[in-house]
Amino acid sequence: MTTTTAPTTTTVLDASDVTMRFGGLTAVRSVDLVVNSGEIVGLIGPNGAGKTTFFNCLTGLYVPTEGKVAYKGTVLPPKPHLVTQAGIARTFQNIRLFANMTVLENVLVGRHTRTKEGLWSALLRLPGFKRAEQESRERAMELLEFTGLAAKADHLARNLPYGEQRKLEIARALASEPGLLLLDEPTAGMNPQETRAAEELIFAIRDKGIAVLVIEHDIRFIMNLCDRVAVLVQGEKIVEGPAEVVQADERVIAAYLGTPFEGAPGQEEAAEVEAAEAHSTTEGDDK
Amino acid sequence: MTTKTPTTDGTATAKADTAPATPLVPLPHAAARAITVAGSALALVGTFLAWTWTDEFPGNLTVTGYPGGLQVLTLVGAALTLLFALSGYGIRGLGWLTPGGTNSPVVLSALGVLGTTGYTMGAISQELGGLVNLEPGAWVSGIGSLVAVVGALGLPVDQPYDKDAGRPGPWGRFRHSLTAPEPGRAEELPSWAEILIIAAGFGAGLYVFAYGIGTEYSELFVGFLITAGFGFTAVTRAGLLKRLSALTAKHRNVTLAAAFVAAICFPFTQSNDQFALIGANILIFATVALGLNVVVGLAGLLDLGYVAFLGVGAYAAALVSGSPQSSIGVHFPFWAAVLTGALASLVFGVVIGAPTLRLRGDYLAIVTLGFGEIFRITMNNLNGNSGPDVTNGSNGIPNIPDLEIFGFNLGLPHNVLGHELTRSGNYYLLMLLFTAIVVLVFRRSAESRIGRAWVAIREDETAATAMGINGFRLKLLAFALGACLAGLAGTVQAHVSYSVTPEQYQFAGSVPPNSAFLLAAVILGGMGTISGPLIGAALLYLIPAKLQFMAEYQLLLFGAALMLLMRFRPEGLVADRRKQLEFHDTGQLDVPDDKPLPDGATGVAKAGA
Ligand SMILES: Nc1ncnc2c1ncn2[C@@H]1O[C@H](COP(=O)(O)OP(=O)(O)OP(=O)(O)O)[C@@H](O)[C@H]1O
Ligand SMILES: [Mg+2]
Repeated sequence: MTTTTAPTTTTVLDASDVTMRFGGLTAVRSVDLVVNSGEIVGLIGPNGAGKTTFFNCLTGLYVPTEGKVAYKGTVLPPKPHLVTQAGIARTFQNIRLFANMTVLENVLVGRHTRTKEGLWSALLRLPGFKRAEQESRERAMELLEFTGLAAKADHLARNLPYGEQRKLEIARALASEPGLLLLDEPTAGMNPQETRAAEELIFAIRDKGIAVLVIEHDIRFIMNLCDRVAVLVQGEKIVEGPAEVVQADERVIAAYLGTPFEGAPGQEEAAEVEAAEAHSTTEGDDK
Repeated sequence: MTTKTPTTDGTATAKADTAPATPLVPLPHAAARAITVAGSALALVGTFLAWTWTDEFPGNLTVTGYPGGLQVLTLVGAALTLLFALSGYGIRGLGWLTPGGTNSPVVLSALGVLGTTGYTMGAISQELGGLVNLEPGAWVSGIGSLVAVVGALGLPVDQPYDKDAGRPGPWGRFRHSLTAPEPGRAEELPSWAEILIIAAGFGAGLYVFAYGIGTEYSELFVGFLITAGFGFTAVTRAGLLKRLSALTAKHRNVTLAAAFVAAICFPFTQSNDQFALIGANILIFATVALGLNVVVGLAGLLDLGYVAFLGVGAYAAALVSGSPQSSIGVHFPFWAAVLTGALASLVFGVVIGAPTLRLRGDYLAIVTLGFGEIFRITMNNLNGNSGPDVTNGSNGIPNIPDLEIFGFNLGLPHNVLGHELTRSGNYYLLMLLFTAIVVLVFRRSAESRIGRAWVAIREDETAATAMGINGFRLKLLAFALGACLAGLAGTVQAHVSYSVTPEQYQFAGSVPPNSAFLLAAVILGGMGTISGPLIGAALLYLIPAKLQFMAEYQLLLFGAALMLLMRFRPEGLVADRRKQLEFHDTGQLDVPDDKPLPDGATGVAKAGA
């Protein structure tokens, strides 16, 4: 599986046979997934399909019951900080910022693995300390500019509006200089304009040479964004391929609209879109 | 003013028809202010008259023409009230006194005068047997202060009610009259003037603190607490503290130096060795509390057995001190003893931390509580009967000799600059050096990559590890550093108190440095700050030391005080920049709930997976 598909692209992520069982429940069942450099790959599936669990297995938050995860050819130990050190960064479905730290501090924490200054250096203010601190700050500010949060650098993370909290999570993840970024529902709760902006942001991230694996329920978003889409249903990967192909696949349609899930996800989404649209029109009236 | 602050200026409340807040006592503005001024002037004059006929009541309040004892406190409070009240007239040169609230400081200081005077009158009547023991002076001051309070409550209220809170009842209106808007931005001053203001601020702080420690009888101390408490709140409401802290934030190094100089001056204000000893003990307590603040305030690890590390340092220093009762019988020079103590604590910290830090939250608290007790019990049992003879069991290690540093014997009084520096004064200064080191360590580690990682772990450990932080290693680092700092303080403590016994290192006891009080000092003072634990420790040590008549109720009062504090000021006396925003947040956008939904229970699963 480590062979490259084209001479210019390399395999960034290679997860093979990942299985995660919680007691009797198999949340993820021997899933294989490859992400190549320069790719944006989508991961979709109904609620409870095991997408987040799969992410947790990739990032070492869960130790997979079976299977292994390799990043650029080396197998990763299931320890979150080592995974991040190796070059995989992530965001969370339910935003997990350091709520009582400032926006800038949040991003600086993201730089943790890329800086070396230890306690002695801090206590004795050794020569390298000031320079490293300054450099980190500059890098962090660059990322805040990139995500459009520079003006709010000194705000507490908890005081940002929802959409900006999501952006900050992305900035924080980027601060660890990853080669692969995992995004867990980055547009959940966003209105259509914000979703558009998020798309632009993800394209810009890809253009920086960072591969992206994204979980999302918004099909339009996935269609616009992804080179390739994998579908997870009840822990199993049932289809993988270009977005248009996957969307037309009848097994996928059955999974979303078929008997076990009668209507529920679709209705929810329709309500969500409606609410978002209502919101956007009222905003438009204000202006 | 920016549009964000929804407050009106203190003086602008004349437009009473638009501002819905009404004073508690319905009086015309001019009359209220005149009454306040007259009342506090009366209270002030009263302090120059005799308050009682006999000098049996401590402090001698029988002299006419010269205030003494508790009268001085009434005098100071009345003067403060007068100044604030006059500042409200817009008198030139007094405006700087009230950049924040104009009238709530008047109410508060008037209440302070009434409290002090009323307490004094009560104490006189109670101790001498009846109101007949009060001379006219006491009545003049008492009535004056009452009139001042009534007048002050008739002054316009500093800020309107909350728009959506509705009209509060009388108690709510009373509490509202004690609040004030934040001061606006200060004018730029030349930096030498700002530094001078900082110096004056610390000078005043030192004076108040030294006065409190030097109070010779408990009546005076109670009066001091009342006056200082109300006075401090009044100064805060007036916005002066905000102004000062803005300056200290601007000149941080100057502030640190000024605080240090003020602290050095303290033993020179005390001629009584007993009071200097209180100072030295406060410093020990405060230093250990600051060390605990690394563990609790920064890394968020609730350690209920922290005092054991102080004990390890003290025992280590005692064993190598050359005490005839030490089972080792060596006599290290002080620097080596300090290293031994700090190193022993460090090792102990790592040994305890390595297994326990894998637990989170409440479990960690319980296990550290257990280890703290294990330390004490072990020291008790290493007595030759239940175990090898190392520590003399419950007798501890007495007769620890005084230190001699560069031929300077800390046990003997020395004459420095014409002032007799007593034994406790010497140790105070030595301890101050250690406090300074701990302050420096705290500040530098907090403002670094390591400190940020600690705070990140405190905020959300799962997210922190997902950002590449090795949670266990950094928690162990915080634990070990905290232990090491406590060990440092322990080495001095062993010498100050002549002996170390296991009973000094309990979880909860009546003499301060114990785990419960340490934690209380950190929480009361303000987690994650430098000055918070120092102030918290000073209060928690001083109040029981000065009010020994209520020793039996000490823990009860302590609990009540903590509960009140958590109700009214959950961020502690000194608010961390973050904490302040956290607890008193205003005007911010749609903030999601603190912890949304557990993310597929990632945290739980980590342990179970
Ligand atoms: N720690 C855990 N212990 C037990 N069961 C779990 C655990 N984490 C997840 N599960 C279960 O695994 C299944 C997959 O959950 P997961 O959160 O991965 O779904 P998802 O695809 O991310 O869904 P959504 O679209 O709603 O986010 C669910 O049935 C869930 O209840
Ligand atoms: Mg999910």
